[in-house]
Amino acid sequence: MSKFLKVSTAALLLAGPVFAEDKLGLGRAALPEEITAWDKDVLPDGRGLPEGRGDVFWGEEVFAEKCASCHGDFAEGVDNWPVLAGGFDTLADKDPVKTVGSYWPYLSTVWDYVNRSMPFGAAQTLTEDEVYAIVAYILYSNDLVDDDFELSHENFGDFEMYNKDGFITDDRATVEYGMWRAEPCMSDCKESVEITMRASVLDVTPDETAAGEAQATTEAVVEEEVAPVEELAALDPEMIKKGEKVFKKCKACHQVGEGAKNKTGPMLNGILGRGFASVDGFKYSKVFKAAGEEGRIWDEVAMAEFLAKPKAYLKGTKMSFNGLKKENDVAAIIEYLKSVDG
Amino acid sequence: MADELKNTSRRAFLKGGAAAVAGSVAGAASAATPDPLITEIQDWASFTGDGVDETPYGLPIEFEKDVVRRNVPWLTADPISSINFTPIHALDGTITPQGCAFERHHSGAIELHKDDYRLMINGLVDQPLVFSYEDLERFPRENHVFFCECAANTGMEWAGAQLNGVQFTHGMIHNMEYSGIPLRALLNEAGLGAAGDLTDKWVYVEGADASSNGRSIPMEKALDDVLIAFKANGEALRKEHGYPVRLVVPGWEGNMWVKWLRRIEVTDAAVESREETSKYTDVLEDGTARKWTWEMDAKSVITTPSPQMPIKHGHGPLVISGLAWSGHGRITRVDVSLDGGKNWQEARLGRTQGDTKALTRFYFDTEWHGEEWLLQARAMDETGYVQPTKNQLREVRGENSIYHNNCIQTWYLNPNGEAENVEVS
Repeated sequence: MSKFLKVSTAALLLAGPVFAEDKLGLGRAALPEEITAWDKDVLPDGRGLPEGRGDVFWGEEVFAEKCASCHGDFAEGVDNWPVLAGGFDTLADKDPVKTVGSYWPYLSTVWDYVNRSMPFGAAQTLTEDEVYAIVAYILYSNDLVDDDFELSHENFGDFEMYNKDGFITDDRATVEYGMWRAEPCMSDCKESVEITMRASVLDVTPDETAAGEAQATTEAVVEEEVAPVEELAALDPEMIKKGEKVFKKCKACHQVGEGAKNKTGPMLNGILGRGFASVDGFKYSKVFKAAGEEGRIWDEVAMAEFLAKPKAYLKGTKMSFNGLKKENDVAAIIEYLKSVDG
Repeated sequence: MADELKNTSRRAFLKGGAAAVAGSVAGAASAATPDPLITEIQDWASFTGDGVDETPYGLPIEFEKDVVRRNVPWLTADPISSINFTPIHALDGTITPQGCAFERHHSGAIELHKDDYRLMINGLVDQPLVFSYEDLERFPRENHVFFCECAANTGMEWAGAQLNGVQFTHGMIHNMEYSGIPLRALLNEAGLGAAGDLTDKWVYVEGADASSNGRSIPMEKALDDVLIAFKANGEALRKEHGYPVRLVVPGWEGNMWVKWLRRIEVTDAAVESREETSKYTDVLEDGTARKWTWEMDAKSVITTPSPQMPIKHGHGPLVISGLAWSGHGRITRVDVSLDGGKNWQEARLGRTQGDTKALTRFYFDTEWHGEEWLLQARAMDETGYVQPTKNQLREVRGENSIYHNNCIQTWYLNPNGEAENVEVS
């Protein structure tokens, strides 16, 4: 019971020397390589930043390839994806535009986030120099640097963000709590009460019954799909299941099945046997359009090669995915894609 | 207060009794013909039901299939980096079942096997360590119930009444009993001698998923009540809540409750990660923003009646019910108003006092005869803090905040018993 310090003693602890006894001897020493592999965060003063460099010019290329499908060519944001540029002097307006340029207080945060968490669906695949280049380009797209700017570990510390002084530490205790820690009024607290706004006017609430029905329909469809046994007999249900799991890697950008739509990537219903660049309404890369015009068809061989090394298969593809390392995963996904027609 | 409570419940009892008499008269009048559900032998009274081998792990009966998490598709670009909402309108008591407890992912819910799980503790510690899942279960364990509320809960309501359903306005919350070990036990195991004076030290916590969500927690909190949890409501955490291990940061915004926890680093400064600078900060009217607004202030809401839960049983006895919570400790009192905040009456708490930093259920037992009501609830916590109105919050913070909206919610109840999300003067 006394082995562990109680909450009430935590404050004491902060003042005095630390509890040294009562270790259980659990766990093992972390190796330096392991710490290096996982400890990647970068602090505002630049600690944790690796050596490297990248300029705006190269950054624009990398950004176009790996970031623009969500964030737009000019970091303006596609659909609901985050806008990274602009919004200066809007923070005090209604609906402020909070971008890297207008809002983020530290450059370290940008570098760290791009390095560890981006691109969405392929995190931790950028080289350190690419990260420098992308960050340089984001600064450029915010008009914060010129087009010949190069960002490196050497000049990183010189850069100050636009909104670095825009934050205060939580002051609710002084500004709000004094006011609101008071015995509340119980009767005749106001003269009159009027309704000033109604949610039904906006009408943005999701339709629950519709959601329920959609679910029910999906279930029904699944049952129907299982029914024509002859047609699906050629497919291996185990492989389909495995493929569905592997497909999670693709889901950030691609939809399949009932109601699938184009997202960052085209919807993939009935992809096998279909021509390249043949989904209506999707903005394909030049190389894909050309392949489509040549009449190339997605057969299993083409798909397997593409999925193993997308960029090697068709240089210039917009797909930022690095490829599936295991042949078995490729085969499983193909089996899965054959099973979903939408 | 105890006397008041007694009086309230006695009054409620007397009222309820009177209404029950009235109700039985009405009931008798409508039952002119015998009820076949009673007079005829029903299938379930004659044939057998499912055997014990039918459902090794059970889901709710199909009649409850509308009690599910729901998503607001227009909120985010992609459901993989998004949030859904607990169906709090349809639940009672305080514990949220894991299967319908809201989810918030930044890069989707990942599958991480216990055997593949590693937790590293490094930075300003005497000995950086790596723990396996089994190691964690060998530390002395504790059980605590805590609410977890996303900082953005009710965020869509800052500018005005938006979503017609308490699930959507207040459903970014759940309340579970966690089994786990105190974070301070792990810090002790690694040794904090290297950190020196602890008053200005931080603990940076980070998840194993592709979003690498990380937050900085001041050492004082880390040594206080933060838990490293592996079970919730008695069973393993669900995948969507961070299986096999998540952080529990009682009373503080949900984003800090890092899921799939993989690393704990003792630092001499806040990392100022994306989620603690560009997100989860509160823009005030003049454009400056508050950061490090970790505690979730006292808040309450009526869950029934509410837009998804109209009154269907007609006039007479009515139970108004809802939830209250505070990141600063216990809920000590909840008041209910039927007239939009002009007059208030004290509600009955499910327990005399709620658990600290956990959901408290309240009931207001009354009668309804088709009146138009403007229903509100107002929570008070043990620090004496009284939940503010939306206008009070706006006076201090303006309308551009997204997070930390703990305002009093109003439901307009019409003579048909239907409720709507409204704002009042």
